Amino acid sequence: MTNVLNEWAFIGVFFLLAPLLPSLPIAIAALISPRKPNAIKQATYECGLETVGDTWVQFKVQYYVFGLIFLVFDVEMVFLFPWALAYQQLDFFAFAAGLLFIFLLTDALFYAWGKNALEWS
Amino acid sequence: MESRSTPNQFLRLGITLVILAVIGGGLIALLNGITGQACLNNLSSCLTNNGWNPGIAGFVPILLGVLGVATFPLLVTILLIWVERKFAARIQDRIGPNRVGPFGLIQPLADVLKLLTKEDITPTGADKPIYNLAPPFMVASVLLIWAVVPFTPYHYGVDLEIGAIYFVAVASIATLAVIMGGWASNNKYALLGAFRTVALLVSYEIPLAMALLVPVLLAGSMSMVGIVEAQGAMWFMFMAPIATLLFFISSQAEVGRAPFDLIEAESELIAGFNIEYSGMKFAMFFAGEFMHVFTNGVLMAILFTGGWWGPFAYEAPLLGFFYLMIKSSFWYFISLWVRNSLPRFRVDQVMNLNWKILVPISILNLIMMALMLRIALGFEQSAGIVVTDFFSALPRTGFLLIGNVVVLVVVWLWLGRQGRQQRQLEEMNRFSVTATGD
Amino acid sequence: MVFGSFTPEAFAFGFFTILTLGGAYGVAMNTNLVRGAVWLIVSLFGVAGFLALLSAGFLAAVQVLVYIGAIGILFTFAVMLTRSMTNVNQRFNQQWWISLLVSALLFILLIVGVIIPVWGNQSPADMSPTIANTTDLGVALVTGGGFVLPFEVASLLLTAAIIGAILIAREDEE
Repeated sequence: MTNVLNEWAFIGVFFLLAPLLPSLPIAIAALISPRKPNAIKQATYECGLETVGDTWVQFKVQYYVFGLIFLVFDVEMVFLFPWALAYQQLDFFAFAAGLLFIFLLTDALFYAWGKNALEWS
Repeated sequence: MESRSTPNQFLRLGITLVILAVIGGGLIALLNGITGQACLNNLSSCLTNNGWNPGIAGFVPILLGVLGVATFPLLVTILLIWVERKFAARIQDRIGPNRVGPFGLIQPLADVLKLLTKEDITPTGADKPIYNLAPPFMVASVLLIWAVVPFTPYHYGVDLEIGAIYFVAVASIATLAVIMGGWASNNKYALLGAFRTVALLVSYEIPLAMALLVPVLLAGSMSMVGIVEAQGAMWFMFMAPIATLLFFISSQAEVGRAPFDLIEAESELIAGFNIEYSGMKFAMFFAGEFMHVFTNGVLMAILFTGGWWGPFAYEAPLLGFFYLMIKSSFWYFISLWVRNSLPRFRVDQVMNLNWKILVPISILNLIMMALMLRIALGFEQSAGIVVTDFFSALPRTGFLLIGNVVVLVVVWLWLGRQGRQQRQLEEMNRFSVTATGD
Repeated sequence: MVFGSFTPEAFAFGFFTILTLGGAYGVAMNTNLVRGAVWLIVSLFGVAGFLALLSAGFLAAVQVLVYIGAIGILFTFAVMLTRSMTNVNQRFNQQWWISLLVSALLFILLIVGVIIPVWGNQSPADMSPTIANTTDLGVALVTGGGFVLPFEVASLLLTAAIIGAILIAREDEE
């Protein structure tokens, strides 16, 4: 039990340190680099043209659809990982169960395909 | 100036690389020897005996271990900058960096010094906290993968039971960094680039994870240590070549390298989501990318080509580490070769390739591998074979290879049919255009 | 958990509590929707920490993979679909008092449930001595006596989710 928590303590410390290590050179650079801001230097760089209007505009719904399809397959993966992990200890029934699970989702993929939801326009 | 390289130069380059690898390997092994798993316990009890608070004494070795594991990829990245530039130069028939130090080896240090003294420009209207957080997150998402990498049979950061899914999970944090950086820059190109990149990254996570399921299936373990140990008899690359290929392609896409380099489509999006970054913050995005390419090499080596396995790996862990680095470098160089040889896909082609080709293939491949593994297990049981060495693993490998061939044939026929249909469609369109044009 | 003595677990628990609650507060109080999404991710990360602390490593990884890697991104996409995402001043929802009531009731219920053992008195000694791992989860998911029906129904549910998403998003092209 303590052993398991020790593993996670390692991961926890890693999670804290991982963003700090790359921040170190950024901090050093901030200390020794010159700092002479002016309005033109800090202007938004859009190929030399002045920026028009608000950047944070509404975006296409298509990205959202791809996001949703991705989410569904991501959740599918979460179910398949334990299945694959235990697979060698199980019988043929497990293969059938996994096959049905994957088949149902492949259905969804082909539905999306047929409805042209996978077309990038 | 004579740009064509002579064999002699290649030889010298090769020797230098080997020497560097040995020196680097030695240093790292020393580092791991100091902070390795076996010493960790000693250190903590040693500190407790010297009157430290047990809680803190238990924490110190963990901290040292994390620092050791996390510094290694960062140090390698500095070398990688040189390798990458030199390799790209050779492919493009140039010499590459050769002024600073022998073979230009000190060039990365000069680059770092230059970057440190560059002014850091934050665009007006940027969302500062998010803008500043994105670059470290990008690097962190790659660094975190190294926590579960088994360097040798005895040296690894941590042996998580769920190592495989852990690395997919932390790698997905990079997506977040991209969208944070792109949005906070207050630049339309950056935002557009970020959206494209995120669509690319999340899409290719599906075939990546699907291909990852195959080693998990074959090893019956999700821990990276377990997956490597399961390859003692036979590398998974020979059992599941299609999964290997799928994983390689999707990991190439995950780092956003050519042919999937929509992230830095200079000609279209003036560098994509990181356009407004400068100085060290910009460098961090690139350091993250360089490190990710090598990390993918390491993952390929661990998942498909046996990690540290090789002669005498158990007796001399340093040798195991050396094997791992050799195998990783092999995949790393293939990745660089692909990157420097292929043109860029269009965004719609990238999406089509993923959702209409790679995802169906990966699903078919997973089902076929599961079926063939079931048949192979049944055969082994009836023939009384226990997989322990190379020869006893041959029947299983044979069955799985048959499965791979079947998948390959099905995919070949299916893609061929699709291609014919598409050509017919185009032909018809051309006719109708000329008919109406007259 | 032992109170009074300062264990690393207690420290981690406090840290993740701050992350979860602070992130949730940030989501609720931010008028900038994208920053709200970032705070949401912080909050979700705190929950992943709780799961790791409970030795449920698989669920912790799933929390990061699905909630931070997928739902976080989806939320950002959804926010980009709205107008005036950086400065929300109006309250569009007229039924806020219902949600206030429901969440207050839920909160009270949970507090009561924690203090009074409504769901049976479970002491740590009652728990199974073996720690189930992810392999056990896989076995339970696909054996006939286990949860094979919910496993397949989950697949059906995911399929329905894709169909629903496509229908909603593409109604303008019919």
